[in-house]
Amino acid sequence: MSLTYFFFALLSILAIASAIVTISAKHPIRSAMALVFHFFMLAGLYLTLQAQFVAVMQIIVYAGAIMVLVVFVVMLLNLGDEATLANKYQVRQLAGIVLAGVFGLSLVYSMLNLRNMLNEFPTHTVEFTTVQAIGNTLYTNYFVQFEAIGILLTAAIVGAVMLAKRKIM
Amino acid sequence: MFTNIPLEYYLGLSAVLFAIGAVGVLTRRNAIVILMSIEVMLNAVNLTFISFASYFGDTVGQIFVFFVMAVAAAEAAVGLAIVLALYRNKQTVFVDEVNLLKW
Repeated sequence: MSLTYFFFALLSILAIASAIVTISAKHPIRSAMALVFHFFMLAGLYLTLQAQFVAVMQIIVYAGAIMVLVVFVVMLLNLGDEATLANKYQVRQLAGIVLAGVFGLSLVYSMLNLRNMLNEFPTHTVEFTTVQAIGNTLYTNYFVQFEAIGILLTAAIVGAVMLAKRKIM
Repeated sequence: MFTNIPLEYYLGLSAVLFAIGAVGVLTRRNAIVILMSIEVMLNAVNLTFISFASYFGDTVGQIFVFFVMAVAAAEAAVGLAIVLALYRNKQTVFVDEVNLLKW
């Protein structure tokens, strides 16, 4: 039991640290590498929640596909860091940090006091987390949504090609 | 093997991660970093879904995470294509320099 606490603490501290590096790194490629690390830490947290399928999907889809796309664009554009920009938006940046801080504090407060808000508070009862169980639910109760996701991904591919193409037809 | 970690720990962690992502979206000016901060926020929501799915003993939360991942992939593809088109037309990816629609 103390081992699970140890792993939870380790993974969550590393996840928070890598998220902070992601949003604060000067160069976008450092942000991207920190974000890959963040995704791996989240996959570990999913494993502590007995969600093996989602953990594998996290590594394949996020750390694999999406981050390759991001790193490809960063290298294609050959960007410098933001320090070269004229720094005339200090007030707005401070306002953003304050707003997000207030929002985050209220979110943390409500999440930690959830026990008083829910009628029946869930206890840890993992049942169906195998790929078979997920596939069963996905292809019976959520079949229409699954097909809609297919249409969405096709539309996204067509839209990305249309946007990135220099001259259409 | 089963975790005895209280559900609030996971929810608090996910709230902190969501707030970090929100700070990134509000303060950074590089469009690619803003997209990455949005990914951090989406992952925080995914963590909430998974922890509730695990604590309620229900598969539906994991299926919603599946859908969120698909939408995030579509969003990343279209968003990065927009960044590419922006760079081609204005030679910048800093959102402050894109102010054509500002009065």
